[in-house]
Amino acid sequence: MATMVQGIRMALHYGERHLDLKDIFGQDAGPPLGGVFTATQGLKTAWNTPLDERGIVGTAIGIAMTGQRCVGEIQFADYIFNTIDLLKLAGNNLWCSHGQFPLPLVLMTPSGAGIHGSIYHSHSFDSWAVRLAGWKVVCPSNALDAYGLMISAILDPNPVLYLKPKALLRVKSKDKIPGEPEDEKELKKRIDAPIGSARENWKPNWPLLQEYKVPIGKGKIVQEGEDLTLISFGRSFYLCEQAIKNLKDVSVELIDLRSLYPYDWKLIKSSFQKTRRALIVNEDTEVANFAEHLAYRMVQEGFYHLLAPPSVLSGKQVPGVGLNPNLESATVPQVSDIQKEIQKLIADSW
Amino acid sequence: MTKQLSLSKEQLIKIYDLMVKARVTEERLIHIYKQGLGYFWIGGPGEEAFAVPLGLLIDKGRGINKDWLYLHYRGLPTLIAMGLSMKEAFRTVLNKATDQSSGGRNFVNHYSLPQWNVAPVTSVIGVQYSMAIGTAYAQSRTKDSKSLTVVTGGDAGSHEGDFATCLIWSSRPKKELPLLITVQNNQWGISTSYANQHGSKSIADRARAFQIESYVIDGNDPVESYHQLSQAIQNIRKNRRPVFIEAKVSRLYGHSSASGANYVKEEECCVKKFESFLIKEKLLTKKQSEEIWFNYKEEAKKTQREVMKEEDPQGNTIWNYIYDKGENADWRKF
Ligand SMILES: Cc1ncc(C[n+]2csc(CCOP(=O)(O)OP(=O)(O)O)c2C)c(N)n1
Repeated sequence: MATMVQGIRMALHYGERHLDLKDIFGQDAGPPLGGVFTATQGLKTAWNTPLDERGIVGTAIGIAMTGQRCVGEIQFADYIFNTIDLLKLAGNNLWCSHGQFPLPLVLMTPSGAGIHGSIYHSHSFDSWAVRLAGWKVVCPSNALDAYGLMISAILDPNPVLYLKPKALLRVKSKDKIPGEPEDEKELKKRIDAPIGSARENWKPNWPLLQEYKVPIGKGKIVQEGEDLTLISFGRSFYLCEQAIKNLKDVSVELIDLRSLYPYDWKLIKSSFQKTRRALIVNEDTEVANFAEHLAYRMVQEGFYHLLAPPSVLSGKQVPGVGLNPNLESATVPQVSDIQKEIQKLIADSW
Repeated sequence: MTKQLSLSKEQLIKIYDLMVKARVTEERLIHIYKQGLGYFWIGGPGEEAFAVPLGLLIDKGRGINKDWLYLHYRGLPTLIAMGLSMKEAFRTVLNKATDQSSGGRNFVNHYSLPQWNVAPVTSVIGVQYSMAIGTAYAQSRTKDSKSLTVVTGGDAGSHEGDFATCLIWSSRPKKELPLLITVQNNQWGISTSYANQHGSKSIADRARAFQIESYVIDGNDPVESYHQLSQAIQNIRKNRRPVFIEAKVSRLYGHSSASGANYVKEEECCVKKFESFLIKEKLLTKKQSEEIWFNYKEEAKKTQREVMKEEDPQGNTIWNYIYDKGENADWRKF
């Protein structure tokens, strides 16, 4: 099965082949490297930019201003911060122009911890991102969703921030991407660039891919349950899956949010009203975390349904994620933290 | 004043007429502000001699094969030259629902006009230099296109990183962009003087470092401006390479209403100067010039009265146009 990064790459290929996607660009996005995580390897329209994040975002806005579709990449979410006023502008362009200038652009960036990336390769951006009105924000947790969300993002007439959970980029999918060859070795041979001098004349041999969309704004119940709703996305979702695997005596309903904004409130609400307990997990720092908004809304709209206060597990409010594994695991939620919090919520119920 | 009158009498009078129209429109905007009817004023009086010729040289229209404009908040004279009505200007200062550019959301002179490829003007200093490169890039890979992108800004704005971004991205080897980059140097950024902040002799020198053809011109001279802009624009249309122009201009009413919006008599007035020149050269009579001023002033008064009767935007419209095609962006309705 394809890895997540292969899924993203295939979606981008589908985009340039069928969806009039004209430009994919970023630092080292074009040949020979095709992206530091290889997400843009072998793509016809991928090109290298100067090492200038503001230029990348500005260029994406300028291309989209003409109505043409593009995908820009910021090499790591940690380096997106110096573009924040341009992100604000991209989000308000349609609103400020009273509906006259939509910006059909996608900005993708690897986000989050889990690869021992130290202070500047571990940061999350999701809670910052959802405050940028006018943007849509998505984050997949598996290769098939990564494929389907990218196709939806390319087709969306609004700016879409596509967060790639960097720790999951090499994780293999459980589900087949439509059109992907049966044998994963064959897929690798066809679309992964060889190392060394063989790369110079290499061209990918793309499989015949099909359109598959994961609608933006729609989450998914991945496992049904009765006692508690566990909500997450991206890498934290993956950890949630591990956390509940061997959990005895508690029946957990697991939701993969997939879209952070717009978010699937109907799904969340119907689930926590049934289970009457909720835990939301992500990696961004905890103060003014996006999950607090969801928890607040649960209290506002579901107070009398709840058996325990809705809980949020997120990154500690510290300036960075330290390199030593002891530091990293003390900073962003781990499998054992999720398990403990679930037990606590069950125990604390009235 | 440049003597080489390769412009016809009609062209010279047309430029003068539009300069007066732009000036009268700006002065009426200031008046509206001072009447307490608008919340803020900022605009382009003092830049007409440069900005009107620029507007006249634009191949205006919609789409990639027409010119694109990334203007800053002093761009009104350019748009007047392109045909913008006084009405549209007054709608911005009075923040009316009828304001095409933003429906009363944005500041005065912050235009957004897709019919002429005028990208939304933003208050954020410098950012237009980063965005313009994307549009010029899209034009550069459009086969047989002669269209270009124009980006304008102020001298203090050239301190922002976006200005450097623009020089770097527009001059990449074999990927040069059809971009006209201008800086209207009025020697000020609010209260901070140009002289105190620039180690370089001119801003144009910075563009030269990237092999970008660069000029410093007298932006108070409409004839020189017309010629230089015309040459630059022809050059870009043909060679698909950037050109940089630094135009020395005046800031006739100070920075904005925040600094009083009062006439600064020490600054050179390009409209009066051009008018004296035309009268001296017998291309215009005193009486004709008085008539032009009078007619535009009357038009301005009448237009203000009309626009004041137009509707204000209502509070329940704030959720409109966050997402395209009417899609809801209010989380309460998710
Ligand atoms: C990024 C940013 N910083 C500060 C301001 C406040 N501000 C508005 S205009 C201005 C001065 C701009 O000077 P210059 O670029 O020379 O243009 P001028 O107004 O003189 O035409 C400043 C600092 C702003 N709008 N945007």
